This record gives sequence, structure tokens and C-alpha cells, in this order.
Amino acid sequence: MLALGQDEIAKYPFLADAGQYLKEQGFTLEQFGTDPDLIPLIEKAYNRIYAACEGDPQSYKSDIIENQASNTASLPREVFSFLLSIVLLKLTGIPTLAKRFALNEAMRAEAFLEKDLKNISTDSNELPIKIIEDLFSIKVKKHNDFFVISVSDYIKHSIHFHEREWKLINRHVEDGFVFLTPHQTVRLVRKELGTFITSKILTGKKPSMISGFEKFVNNLISYSKKFSISIVDSGEYPPCIKHAIEILEKGENLPHSGRFMLATFLLSKGRLVQQIAPLFKNAPDYNEKTTLYQLNHLAGTSGSGTQYSCPSCEKLKTQNLCFIIPECNNIISPLQFGKKKN
Amino acid sequence: MNENDVKFIEDSFKKYYFNHFELIHVPERTAEREFGFQKFNSGMTRHISIKDDKELHLLLMKNIPSDVYCSNAYYSFPNLPMNEKDWKEADLIFDIDAKDLNLNCRSNHTVSICNDCKTISNKQIQWKKCNSTKLEEKSLTCKNCIEKSKLEVKKLFEILIEDFAIDKNDIHIYFSGNEGFHVYVYNSQFQKLGSRERSELADYILFNGVIPETFGMKKFKPNRALFPNFDERGWRGRFAKDVFDSKSKRSKIISELITNGYSSFQKKLEDVSTRIGVKIDPNVTMDIHRIFRLPGSINSKSGLTKIYCKNITKFDPFLEASFLNEDTIEIIADCPIEFKLKNKKFGPYDNEKVTVPTYAAAYMICKKLASIS
Ligand code: SF4
Ligand SMILES: [Zn+2]
Repeated sequence: MLALGQDEIAKYPFLADAGQYLKEQGFTLEQFGTDPDLIPLIEKAYNRIYAACEGDPQSYKSDIIENQASNTASLPREVFSFLLSIVLLKLTGIPTLAKRFALNEAMRAEAFLEKDLKNISTDSNELPIKIIEDLFSIKVKKHNDFFVISVSDYIKHSIHFHEREWKLINRHVEDGFVFLTPHQTVRLVRKELGTFITSKILTGKKPSMISGFEKFVNNLISYSKKFSISIVDSGEYPPCIKHAIEILEKGENLPHSGRFMLATFLLSKGRLVQQIAPLFKNAPDYNEKTTLYQLNHLAGTSGSGTQYSCPSCEKLKTQNLCFIIPECNNIISPLQFGKKKN
Repeated sequence: MNENDVKFIEDSFKKYYFNHFELIHVPERTAEREFGFQKFNSGMTRHISIKDDKELHLLLMKNIPSDVYCSNAYYSFPNLPMNEKDWKEADLIFDIDAKDLNLNCRSNHTVSICNDCKTISNKQIQWKKCNSTKLEEKSLTCKNCIEKSKLEVKKLFEILIEDFAIDKNDIHIYFSGNEGFHVYVYNSQFQKLGSRERSELADYILFNGVIPETFGMKKFKPNRALFPNFDERGWRGRFAKDVFDSKSKRSKIISELITNGYSSFQKKLEDVSTRIGVKIDPNVTMDIHRIFRLPGSINSKSGLTKIYCKNITKFDPFLEASFLNEDTIEIIADCPIEFKLKNKKFGPYDNEKVTVPTYAAAYMICKKLASIS
């Protein structure tokens, strides 16, 4: 673990060891559920989760302002609200909430990380560089205004992006390294940062209920219904389809081409428009009416009457939607996945 | 291929393997590789593991394969089925083939063989005789094909060294044995990359998926200062050299590009791509489980050897890759295109009985343009 200062913990609370932190501050979890002075902190944590899941981080009142803690007393509050969020999510045990929360925390940390990265000198021992190195095993070096990382490390992460600007060809490459701005550097690890935070929540046993936490946990459980996507059993789906579903589950933006692929795929598998529509409800720009209209159009139940077919693997490759694995085994359409024998 | 042809080719391959084992490079870390081979008129045998040169030699003499392959990947258990092999890493490989280069010369030396009526034609005309659709194309590679492929190899070589910092001693170039070149990269930072990552590398080398912004062009308010300079490294530098031609024209051409606008710039990029992009076959590069033709083995599409190129500029496959023996043999040749091997001219032959050296006979028989009489 990295040695952290107080306001560094507040910015990057996921780096702290929860149990140890509480002990150092002289608290136990039980106290938070019972001590009337501490209950507001659970409320703060609840809000933190709620704001994250709504995709509306502004509605959460952070005590960190302008990259600095507003005052010394507020620092532990910031850390506590994060640690308590984790506890609440663990008690709730719903992966969708965990993932949405983690993504939002990752984006929050990303903003701090970017600012910190901009301010470093050339010392590779500084915290932001250490974080990237320790958490994601990417070696970063500062080079004038840029940060350079090896081509292979870059591609390992960049292939998860859909935007063309992330393709290696659109980067400055020299002597085996890719040159990135601070913004690009931290953006590159957002997904992994999210995964790292998710794993903090989802690994380990589900703890037993702590008195005083029930109300919040129950609220979260009923709140989470909003996000449940039940129709899709993606067990035998090809990686491209699974990946698209994953993005939607996390409430991230799936490009139009991805939605087209997913919808046509599921329609071909015999799913009904009414079953597919809920998949898109987590999308940032969801609108029920337009979604149904578009799906009906693809299904051929409206408009021209022709059903659109699922794009070929080749096409999906050019759209960066293909996540080929050996099991894809030379098929030409995702619809063939799992049908062809080795 | 009929039985007599197979017997003749197998005999000549066998002599080659017996006399030239020193040409067959057993790859390093042999025991971690998967080997495979094919025999004439039969399927592929793969998932073989081999210990050393001796075992390989034995396999060649025992089976007299038409083609021999070896994985670019390293496995813990190369002889187990694919999902139990335990993939460790793989050398980076590239395939450059003249048939993918859209060369004008192709039509001059490509023939169509009708698998129904056995007619051979070098005209791109509708098949009149039997209206068959089972046409097979065979090309007798020409000098131009080879020279143009070499240019691609050189472009690739430059990118590997300049952009990816590969040590030039870790880059090995082989003539593929037919119409192109195979390039291997060892010990690079890419050894452990999976298929998707390698496909991204391939796109980089192909100049695929590029956006105008990378070269300074923007949809709104383009800024001259963002356009590349001559001495820049990587694609921006190569773009500058191709598009601006000379330093003095840079300023004028940037003005033109800005005036013509964003979508015209996109078209320009496609056009540039055909010149500066390296025409590798992306499917080969992204395949991390492939068994790739073994260096030193014979390519049954031609009877020529997949041979190491010490000096790519001077390399002449028609001289340096033909190793079959000189013994003469009588064949019936229907080969409408003249070709040159070992400094000797052959053909064209119009369905006639001719006596030629084994290496030339094998070349035509492998191309399905001749048969033992
Ligand atoms: S190969 Fe086809 S099925 Fe497999 S991930 Fe790519 S697009 Fe999907
Ligand atoms: Zn040619």
C-alpha cells in the first residue's frame, strides 16, 4: 500500500484500508449505526451512492473543493462517506449499484488524478504516477508536457474504447512509446479504476447486517429495481454482445452502431421488442417512446416492414465492436456463435 | 493432382529434405511450439510437439509432407488440444503477399483453371466451354510483384524500428515460398499481447482508422499550426513527406487542404493510405494460435523454399529459393505464361510434351499447369 497524506486519502479513498482507517480514527462500524452524531455520515454515504447511480454527481455535496479539502475536519467525513458507501453497497449486495457507484467514483478520482498529474515535476515517485503504476501496472514517465507509456500497455487499455481517437494510429508513437496528455493518461485507466473499486465492494463475503444500517440498505434495494435488467441471460452470447450489455448495465454510453448490433442480434434470437426495450433504459439518453419506435423499425413491425439483420463480424470489427475470442472460431456473424464446432 | 504427379513431387521434396536439412531453421524454444503438416490430397495434422532438429528431420523423412508449419506461439503443452495448450506468448508475425497489392501486372501472369473441363486460360473472359463456375486462379509471380512486395517489407521494417523500437536483429524476413514475404519479430514488448491488441497494431501499420484531427485538420476553425512538420516522427512525419512533397510546398498545400475542407481531407487520407500504409494481412498478425509455414520448408503452391532473406534489396527468389534438383523429366505442360527459374527461361507451353529440369517441372505441377506424361 502507498503511504498517503490526509487529503490524499480524501481524494483517493479507495486506496485506504478501511478497517485500519477506522481503527486509526478510533471508530467502529457499529458506532455509525447507533451514535446520533454519526448517523448523518451514513446519510451522506447514502447520498453519495444515490448521486452516483443517478449519474448526477453534482447532487452530492463533497467536502473537497478546488482539489483541496475545505477544512481539516471535513477530511475524515469525506473518507468516511466513501467507506460507509462501500459498507452499504456490500450489505445491499447488488452488482448494478456497485458498478454504477464505482464508475462514478472512478470518474471523480480521475478528475483529481488529472489535476495532480498536471502539477507534478519530473519525479516519478510522485503519487499520481505511483497510483497508476501500483494499481494498473503501467509504467508512466513524464516527458515535457506529456506522459509516455509503452505501446503495449497503451493498447491493452485503449482497445476498450470505441472512439476512433483512441486508436493507436491516432496517437503520437515514437521509440516504442505513446505520448499522452494528463487527461488522456487518466482517461485510459478509468475502466480499470472502476473495476478496482467494484472489486473492493464485491469481493469478500457479504457482511451481516449492522444495526442502524437497515433502513438505508432497504431503500437501496428498492431503488435498485429501477436498474434491473432481467430478460437477458447472456451465458451463450458472443463477446461483442456481452460487452454491449455490460456497457448498458453500467449506464455507460453505447454508440449507435452498438445499439443496432445488440437490437438486431436479440431480435434474430427471437426476443420481443418489449423485452429488449428495457435494456436501454440505463442509457444516459434513454427515452421510452423513441426506443420502442426504433426497435419496431428494426424488427420490421413498422415502417418498411423489412427486418434488419445483425451486422457481420467483419463489419463489427471495423466499428470496434468486436471482442474476438478463440471460441469465435472464424464465424462470420455473431449469430453463429456457439453453433460451429471445432 | 494425380497419383503420378504426387509421387514425382514427393520424391523431389524428399530429396530436398534429405540434402538440405541445414536450411531448415528449427525455431528457438522448439519444445514450446506446436508443429503441423499436410500431405498431398489429405488434411492437416497438427498439435504435434517436437524436441529438436533430429525429430523434425525424422518427421520430414517419414511423412514427406507437402507443407510444414510451426506455431508463432509458445505453449506449456503444445501437443494438447487448443484449449488445454496453455498459451504463453507469441512472436509477432506479418504476411505480405503480392496478390493483396492491386498490381497491374497481375492480369499478365494470372491464369484461370477450370476444374470441370480442365481448360487453362489466361484471358479474363467468360468461361465458354463448359460454363463452369469452379474456376481456380493461379499466378506465376513476376519480378514486379516481388519488387513491390519488397517495398512493403521495407516500409514495415522502418515502422517496426522507428515507431516500435524493435532491435533490427530481432526482425527476420523470409520469402514466403510463393508470392510474398513473412516477417517475424522476436523478443518485443508485444509477445504477450492477445488477438484484439494485435489487430490494433495491424491497423496502425495498415494506416487504418485514421481521423483528420490526427494530422491537424479540424471540422471547425482549422489551425495551420497543428499540421505536421517534415521532421516529425511516426505517421505525422510520413504523412508530411507524402503530402507536402517538399518543405517549400508545405505552406501552400496546407492552405489548399484547409480550403478544400474536412470531408475532402478524409478522402485525401484514404488516398494517402494506399501509398504510405503497409499492406500486411491483418488476419495473420492478429492470429495468436496460427501455425505458420516453417522456415526452410517447401511451399507446395510453388515448389519453392521459404527461405531467409539476408539482404532483401538484392534477394531474387527465382534464383535463391529454388532448391529442387536438376534431373530432367518429361511432362505435358499447359502453361501459357513464360517464367524464369535459376536463370533459365521456360514456356510458354501449349499443352505440349516437354523435357525440363525437376525444379521447373515441380513449379508447373504445383501450379496445376503441367502433369507427368
Ligand atoms: S468474431 Fe464475431 S462473434 Fe466474435 S466477438 Fe467478433 S463480432 Fe462478435
Ligand atoms: Zn506481377
